[in-house]
Amino acid sequence: MIVVSSNSNFDVSKIPRPNKSLKRNWTIGLLIAFAFLVYSARNTGFNFNTVADGLPDFFRLIRQMYPPKWATFPSLIEPFIETIQIAIVGTFIGAVIAIPVSLLAANTVNKNNKLYLVSKFIMNLIRTVPRILYAAVFVAAVGIGPFPGVIALIFFSLAIVAKLTSESLEAIDTGPIEAIETSGANKLEVILYSVVPQIAPSYISYSLYVFEVNIRTSTVLGLVGAGGIGQTLMTSLNLFMYQRAATIIVATFALVIIIDLVSTKLRERLI
Amino acid sequence: MSVLEYKNLSVTYPGGVEALKNVSFEIEKGEFIVVVGLSGAGKSTLLRATNRLVDATGGEVLFNNQDITKVNKRELRDIRSDIGMIFQSFNLIKRSSVFRNVMAGRASHLPTWRNLLGIYPEHDKDIVFNSLDRVNILEKAFARADELSGGQQQRVGIARALAQEPQVMLADEPVASLDPPTSHMVMKDLQNINRELGITVIVNLHFIDLAKEYGERIIGLNNGELVFDGPAEATDKETFEMIYGRSITAEEEIGRDSSVI
Repeated sequence: MIVVSSNSNFDVSKIPRPNKSLKRNWTIGLLIAFAFLVYSARNTGFNFNTVADGLPDFFRLIRQMYPPKWATFPSLIEPFIETIQIAIVGTFIGAVIAIPVSLLAANTVNKNNKLYLVSKFIMNLIRTVPRILYAAVFVAAVGIGPFPGVIALIFFSLAIVAKLTSESLEAIDTGPIEAIETSGANKLEVILYSVVPQIAPSYISYSLYVFEVNIRTSTVLGLVGAGGIGQTLMTSLNLFMYQRAATIIVATFALVIIIDLVSTKLRERLI
Repeated sequence: MSVLEYKNLSVTYPGGVEALKNVSFEIEKGEFIVVVGLSGAGKSTLLRATNRLVDATGGEVLFNNQDITKVNKRELRDIRSDIGMIFQSFNLIKRSSVFRNVMAGRASHLPTWRNLLGIYPEHDKDIVFNSLDRVNILEKAFARADELSGGQQQRVGIARALAQEPQVMLADEPVASLDPPTSHMVMKDLQNINRELGITVIVNLHFIDLAKEYGERIIGLNNGELVFDGPAEATDKETFEMIYGRSITAEEEIGRDSSVI
């Protein structure tokens, strides 16, 4: 039998330990965070009584919605198609513009440091603005309809696809880039032969993912007047056509699930 | 006439490391040169200064009497298309076919629109297939590059450089990640293109037996300085110990060519 003997000529208290103040800082930090949470809840008027009081109203609404009136479905086909079209056009144009932007915002491809930093900054700037804010601003600028919705999705798609693609670009194998550069090819040819084959599957996958998100987004764009099924939903609710609204909600749910499934399958095949 | 001439070439990296100090020598057309030295002696820097993958901080590199260190971007691309290069890690585009990898070496000779659309003239396709045939890998033309073994990938690397129809071929530790028989095969491919096509070959090696067997002329670098320049026959153990600045160990020998029939 092996015995771990204790010729104890050591002193555990002398082994260095992490700083005690770290533990204190954590405690203080958590207390502050909790205080802020309570303050925020009070300010927003959130309390569980209100939730409980609201429940009967909520169930009444659900009862009024049930059953969905499927007869209204034919009149919904057109706005649904518009929703899908907004997503397709917005994703496509945004993803195409994302190609040069992501190349400029990847230090493996763009060796000009100033241009690289500027591109990265612009890319991040576009991303900070929420989608629905873009939609609201463009509705104000060009009027109600699908067009401002498309523009909002172009900005959103551009920001996300460019961000993800440029990050993947910064992780590609730079050996082939060097190899094609040393053969005397110009920048475009270098990108074409050594960068495109490495990045294409990721880029397509990101674009499909953004298309999924855009389908979901374009169903709510109508809430600010930017076209599609969301606008029809708003109208139905405002006119107390709850059964029609229920039809829209169920159909939207189905559409999102179908698009997600197809897109996920496609993306699995890519990588 | 010399195809390459190094005049007092110095390279100091931004960190302050002096990779090359005042290196001067000339290379005649059609020579097969092996550059030896410990890792960090400046072998890679010498090759990379030849096609300006690194910038010289002093001196000149003349390619057909044109100073590479001073040319503009357009001229540099022209010079680079005359200099092929192969790498230790092959640097192939793994997801692309062998054909497309080799065609990439041809890109600089074609208009950009042809490269973009992938519409290649028959003449250039011929060059691609002939390059592959020369390194005995034609039957893999339509395989994906990452399906190939290391030795096969390096031969595709050579074919890609060959498709440039270069005057000079640079090889930076081309066999460092290959097993001994494959290493000999790759060295023989380089020997063949030197002898049959008259392409000047400069190879970095750290195996002294390979250097002696395939090199016609040996350039020895130690700590960034040129310490030996002479025919391979004139070298012996003492020469290499002088270049390395220490006694030779078993690691500096790859072993005899076991593939010889």
